[in-house]
Amino acid sequence: MARFVARRLLFMMVTILAVSVIVFSLSQVRGDPRLLLLDDNTSQEQWDAWGKEMGLDRPLPVQYLVWLGKAVKGDFGKSLWEQRPVTESILMRIPATLQLGGASWIFAMALGIPLGVLSAVKRGSFWDYVGRATATFGQALPPFWLGIMLLLFFSFQLNWLPSGRQGGLDHLVLPAITLGWLSAAGMLRLVRSAMLEVLDSEYVKLARCKGVSEWKVIWKHAFRNAVLVPLTYSVLILSGFLTGTVVTETVFSWPGLGRLTVTAINANDFPLMAGTVMFATFFFVAATFLLDLTYVALDRRIRYQ
Amino acid sequence: MKTPQFTRPPGFSTHSNLSAADIWIFRSRRSLRVSWRFLRKWPVFPSLVLGALLISALFANWIAPHDPYAANLRARLDPPAWDSEGSFTNLLGVDHLGRDVFSRVIHGASVSLVITVVVISVSGVIGTILGMIAGYYGGLTDEFILRLVEMTISIPLLLIAMIATMAFGSSLQLLITVLALFSWPGFTRQVRAEVLRLRNMEYVQMSKVCGASTSRIFARHLLPNIVNTVIVLATLLVGSLILTESILSFLGAGVPPPRPAWGSMVSEGRDFLSNAWWIATFPGLAIVITVLGFNFLGDWLRDFFDPRLRQIR
Repeated sequence: MARFVARRLLFMMVTILAVSVIVFSLSQVRGDPRLLLLDDNTSQEQWDAWGKEMGLDRPLPVQYLVWLGKAVKGDFGKSLWEQRPVTESILMRIPATLQLGGASWIFAMALGIPLGVLSAVKRGSFWDYVGRATATFGQALPPFWLGIMLLLFFSFQLNWLPSGRQGGLDHLVLPAITLGWLSAAGMLRLVRSAMLEVLDSEYVKLARCKGVSEWKVIWKHAFRNAVLVPLTYSVLILSGFLTGTVVTETVFSWPGLGRLTVTAINANDFPLMAGTVMFATFFFVAATFLLDLTYVALDRRIRYQ
Repeated sequence: MKTPQFTRPPGFSTHSNLSAADIWIFRSRRSLRVSWRFLRKWPVFPSLVLGALLISALFANWIAPHDPYAANLRARLDPPAWDSEGSFTNLLGVDHLGRDVFSRVIHGASVSLVITVVVISVSGVIGTILGMIAGYYGGLTDEFILRLVEMTISIPLLLIAMIATMAFGSSLQLLITVLALFSWPGFTRQVRAEVLRLRNMEYVQMSKVCGASTSRIFARHLLPNIVNTVIVLATLLVGSLILTESILSFLGAGVPPPRPAWGSMVSEGRDFLSNAWWIATFPGLAIVITVLGFNFLGDWLRDFFDPRLRQIR
């Protein structure tokens, strides 16, 4: 097990390094960052001075290593656009994204678990059809379109909920549904198949033979055993939130990390872009790593590769 | 056609007193049941979607009533035909620049189809070959390819695609390259698992003993056995590719602007939600229907090729 973890950790670092190389080299394609900051009538001395300050006078591999060395310590330099340390910008946006992520996690659980259980218990019935239709649609709905349709109905037509931007709880409802929809569908599917498996097992049959009430069989005997695996994975739905937050925050003008990343990329702000992308990648890779660990920890039959 | 009537011998009395209406109800119920069974057995909905998509992609210029780029400012923001202020010249309304939404949705199908077909062919071939190599040779080769697969999966595609667009400017070629670079691992994983199982089969071992070359074993003994898996994977991938492409286009990192793509059309309509809901609604609907169609088709193909994998119903 320890060897397995060590190998995965090493692999995780290699992946992050690969992303850093991609990000750095792609950012070089666009050209000199000084072109954005200085206009035509700067003198050659000024130009060189800026270059020296930004480390542009050194060869590319050295520039990369210097950048990487600082990045490891959490220093991504100063944002060109906000004129503020990148780490500070990122830290400022984290609460908004966490709030959104938490709310959509709750939504995913609140929709996915009961509907999944219901769909498994009443297999083949109307509720099962509802559950399976939800799961199927969850995969096919583009998140941005779902968000826009929710806005259209609940905000523009019915005027029930505000149309984006951070605020009270009512501002959180539509973005949370948009972001949580896909996870809710995934959760529903997992809970349904886990429940179906457990409901077919011997001990559930025994409990029924004993005359335990149906409610108790479902929620005490079956559900408790079935929900362990889906619930563990549910934390790791977070890695799927990465794509989701970028889109959801763009639709709802939510001042979080996803929107910061989009702004940074569109503004060609290299330090900010590199910071947000590396941060997101770290998060993503770490979540994948945790997911692998849980797979192995929960199911001993999977070989340690 | 006349339905055959059961004629009773004269003097034979029936004990039931079914009216003609009752019989009609029974017959229609039976035909409903028959058509329902037909619908469950054959992929009717996916075929319809696929057919509509293909026709609109191939014949977009003939089907679309208007030029998708032509801006008719007089008709700007006209609602769909069924609205009291709409007209049948613009079936699904007009967007903020005076372009016909229906024509743009139809032309958007061809863009989506070109991208998916190219990406799937490229990544399918690369992924399958790598998977066969990994599964057949094993050892260090396998290890290396597996690590490459895992690394590709754990790189966030969306962000890299956006940065690449920023660096090179948005173009169709770039979009296809990026999508292809990130879609092959699915094929490799599955094909590798299949080949791992197949390579120890007796007929493969025997042909090796008989002196068959590796390329012969690959082409004659392995490939025919994995081709079903690859087809199912490719079909299921279409849906997710169309979704990814539309997300990228929505964020401005996909199909370059004047060209009608479903994702960017939704993004344009976002600013006109309060007075022109149709701009964002219909392209999104097209995405949903297409993705659903391909997902159903993939599920159906999987069941068709291997009934053992049939989902628990």
